[in-house]
Order: sequence, then structure tokens, then C-alpha cells
Amino acid sequence: MNRFDYARPASVAEAVQAGAGEQVRFLAGGTNLIDLMKENVDRPTTVIDINRLPLNAIEELDGGGLRLGALVPNAETAWDARVEQRYPLLSSAILAGASPQLRNAATNGGNLNQRTRCYYFYDVATPCNKREPGSGCGAIGGVNRIHAILGASDQCIATHPSDMCVALAVLDATVQVTGPEGDRAIPIADYHRLPGDEPWRDNTLKPGELVTGIDLPAEDFTQTYTYLKLRDRLSYAFALVSIAVAMRVEDGTIAEARVALGGVAHKPWRSTEAEKLLKGQHPSPQAFGTFADALLAGAVGQGENDFKIPLARKGIVRALKQAAEATPQSQTDKRVA
Amino acid sequence: MPTAVNTATYAAVPIGTVPTTLTINGETRTRAIEPWTTLLDLLREGEDLIGTKKGCDHGQCGACTVLIDERRINSCLKLAVTLDGADITTIEGLGQPGDLHPLQSAFCNHDAFQCGYCTPGQICSAQGLINEGKAKTRDEVRELMSGNLCRCGAYSNIVDAVLDVIGEQA
Ligand SMILES: Cc1cc2nc3c(=O)[nH]c(=O)nc-3n(C[C@H](O)[C@H](O)[C@H](O)COP(=O)(O)OP(=O)(O)OC[C@H]3O[C@@H](n4cnc5c(N)ncnc54)[C@H](O)[C@@H]3O)c2cc1C
Ligand code: SF4
Ligand code: FES
Ligand code: FES
Repeated sequence: MNRFDYARPASVAEAVQAGAGEQVRFLAGGTNLIDLMKENVDRPTTVIDINRLPLNAIEELDGGGLRLGALVPNAETAWDARVEQRYPLLSSAILAGASPQLRNAATNGGNLNQRTRCYYFYDVATPCNKREPGSGCGAIGGVNRIHAILGASDQCIATHPSDMCVALAVLDATVQVTGPEGDRAIPIADYHRLPGDEPWRDNTLKPGELVTGIDLPAEDFTQTYTYLKLRDRLSYAFALVSIAVAMRVEDGTIAEARVALGGVAHKPWRSTEAEKLLKGQHPSPQAFGTFADALLAGAVGQGENDFKIPLARKGIVRALKQAAEATPQSQTDKRVA
Repeated sequence: MPTAVNTATYAAVPIGTVPTTLTINGETRTRAIEPWTTLLDLLREGEDLIGTKKGCDHGQCGACTVLIDERRINSCLKLAVTLDGADITTIEGLGQPGDLHPLQSAFCNHDAFQCGYCTPGQICSAQGLINEGKAKTRDEVRELMSGNLCRCGAYSNIVDAVLDVIGEQA
């Protein structure tokens, strides 16, 4: 790890002031940043420890939603009684990720801003447009089992690794941000971005901006939901494909269905257009399959990850069935029912 | 103290040590710590508490698990200076020969280790699991102990040992 200057501001205003500058990084739980610094992938000259900022509470919002402070640990969020009762999909997705120790250290703001697990991004001896713009992409034509099948560009085929963010996409969360130019609220769908020809930009946060919280609108997806995570081992592994579903079933037909995919793109993958296909349908393998084809339209494999396309299709159909039947995937008993 | 690598490669920045007060296994001390020192390196190299193990140094194995304010975390991914004021418990603080912690006894009774390298992390993790109070069944213990890898494959006996202690406490 390189040497750096260390600052520990006590207020958000001080943190924003200290946050200006190219090689400055905010440090939250450290589970991603410290790892990347050990690998020399990130080499900040200044590290700003934001752990003392007053962003560590979960608060009620007017209108029945919740605000999750940026510094609330992932574990505390998943096990918060209000989150468990009102947003069980979010609890489930968080508990599907990482390990108990990591979830204790990892924060909500850090989870949102975690970087890709692309092997080449992590290996400074190889080309990577995300790490070193213009150097090329080692994964295209290389080892790309974990890479994107949707929304990739000819410059980067990385995926966003978060489980939590896939649930947030379905829950229509809003990211609260503050920075040198003041406060902003960014809908989750606009927070992460596709790589395009600027793969070094994971999201739409501007330099120096700090995430302060994540707002969850009032929703009622407490029975007919699921988070289905498919991976190489049953725990402590990133998703190859994951599927978050939130549904409302009225009189045997689907009144609303929202579906987001993890592990397949540079951001949680959701299509409100495709979701319209489910509205008014009776839950059935045919309806689910038609929807899966629409959500996966344009999917392309890179070689080693070709399997993700049929895996995602089957996973979507299975997850929709789990949600429609109000039998969400258990994150303890990992058998897929 | 561990030193940083590649000091010549990077631009010099105003660097200093940060006075940091930590309570480790009940003993409070203030040290001047270089900010890039992880808690794991501080424990092993600065405090000579070598019970806590370095397996991967990247959050992928759990061998470095310790308790910070009763919560289990991976000490390899925590900078020590960020913990000013914290209360840290390592395997040495849980129990000692002749005065074993119930988890340490249970690991012996159930043959829950072979080489023993993962064991301090397993036991600290199990204590964290007990503090959390979320695991009651075998499936739950398996899932909530999944942050600790054991290359010797002592898993089933580890789960037995943890269940034994949970049962005792219930
Ligand atoms: C072995 C391993 C396995 C894992 N498995 C999974 C998994 O299965 N699923 C999953 O979802 N995740 C997984 N993770 C990733 C983990 O969830 C993230 O590392 C964690 O959420 C990051 O949070 P943090 O608080 O530790 O962030 P940090 O490491 O402190 O920060 C990460 C990044 O976010 C920035 N940042 C942090 N907070 C803010 C803020 N408030 N505003 C602006 N920028 C900010 C930092 O500057 C940094 O760039 C795994 C990690 C490891 C090491
Ligand atoms: S996929 Fe993206 S992150 Fe991976 S090597 Fe290519 S440019 Fe880098
Ligand atoms: S040494 Fe910390 S998790 Fe492996
Ligand atoms: S006992 Fe050898 S690694 Fe677990």
C-alpha cells in the first residue's frame, strides 16, 4: 500500500471540503478500498476517513419510506426490524452477499460505490481501460467467465458486483448525495452507468461528491418477492447471475412486476418496458419466459460467459415463480425451490 | 512496524503517524500509528499478538477475524487508525490455556481443527455469531460461519462445536 495523508473530518461539510482533489478517496468500511490499495489498483494521496460523520442512522421518511444512512453497516441494515418487515427483498439481497464479517464492516455508501471484480482490473500488470484509460481491455478475448452479457462496450465488459444494488433497483431507491455544488438526489436507475467509451466511470457521482444516504419509497412487496443468487459456491461468492423480483398479484393476475438482474452488466439490469409484458398476465411459465426473452434481448456472450444467457433466462423464470407463489428464496437453506 | 512498499514510486505527501487509542483484550493503550497499518499487522507485528492469522490479506478467508466492539470483522481490511477509541478482542482475549473459553473447549472436544491455522478466526467469528443471535439451526450456523474458510475441511466438526455452545447458552 502506498503512503498517504489521513484526515478524519467530523462533519459532512468538512468532509466535502477535504474531498476536493484528484487522488482523494473517502474511506468507509474499507472492505473494497483497502483491498484495491493493497493491490496498487488505487493509490490515493489522501484518504478521508468518513466513519465519524453523522450518517449512521436509519430514519423514517415522510410518506412512509426509509432513509438508510450511508455509513450504516450492511449487516445492521439487513437486520433492522423496519427493513426486515417492510423491505424483506433488501434484507435478503444484502444477506446473500459477502460474509458476516464483511457485512459488519461494509457500509451502504461503500456497497453502492464498490468497484468491479474483473480480474484484469485487479492485476496492474495487464491492460484495463477502467483502471488505466486507453490501455485496452484484457477481458475481451481473455478470461471472462464473470463478465457482462448486457450493455457492454468494445472498451469494457465489466459487471457491477453488488447484490444490494440489484434490490435497490427494484425498489426504486434514490441516492442522496452532497458535494461542492450542493445536494442532489439521483434515482438508482441513473446512479450506475454503462461503460460506453468512458469505462473508468462506474457511476454518475461527480468528483468530490459524497453519498449521504439511500431513500426507499413506501412500497408493499412483503410477500411476493425473491432474491435468487446463482454462483459457483453457495455462500461467500459473487453472483454469476442474480435476480431480484418484487410483484403485486391481485385476483390471480399480476398487477405489477419489477425485475432486476445482477452479475450481467455494468449496472443492475432492469427494463420497465419489458415489465409491461407481465402486467395483467396470469403467472405462468409461458408469461415468465416471454418476459425473460424481452429482458435479455440483445444479450451477447464473450466466450467463457456464454452460459450466463441460458442461466439468466432460467433464473428469471424461476425467480418470477418464487415471487408469484410468495415463496422467496431462503438465504440459509440454499436449495432452489 | 510494517512499512509501505514502493515509497520511491509515489509522490511524497505530508505523512505522519496518528495517535490512536485502542483497548485490546481489556488493556488500553495509545500508540502513534502509521495510517496505512491494518489492524491485522498492528496486532501481529506491533502488539505481538500472533494468535490472529493472516491467510489471504484480502477479506477472502476469515483467518484474521477479530471482534471490534463485540462485532466480528476481517482485521486485514481495517486500518487501525480508523478504530480510535474501539474495544478489540482477539483469540488471546477470549481465553488462555488453563482458562479456556467455552468455544475453545468445544473446538477441542469436537476435533474442530486439524492444522489449526483457521481456528482463531473461526472461534472469534463464532463468538460474533453468538453475539448477533441470528443462528439457531445447523443450516443457519453453516451459513453464518461461511465467512471462515478451512483448508483442512473441518467444517462439519466446527458446526458441531458452535452448535454445542449455542445449545449451552440457550
Ligand atoms: C471477499 C469479498 C467478497 C465479497 N462478496 C460480495 C458479494 O457477494 N456481494 C456483494 O454485494 N458484495 C460483496 N463484496 C463487496 C462488499 O460488499 C464491498 O466491499 C462493500 O460493500 C464496500 O463497502 P465499504 O464501506 O467497505 O466501502 P469502502 O471500501 O470503504 O469504499 C468503497 C468505495 O466507495 C467509496 N465510498 C465509500 N463510501 C462512500 C460515500 N459515502 N460516498 C462516496 N463514496 C464512497 C470509496 O471511496 C471507495 O471508492 C465482497 C467483498 C470481499 C472483500
Ligand atoms: S472488462 Fe473493464 S474492468 Fe475488465 S479489463 Fe476490460 S476494461 Fe478493465
Ligand atoms: S487474512 Fe483477512 S480475510 Fe483472509
Ligand atoms: S484447521 Fe487447517 S485450515 Fe482449518
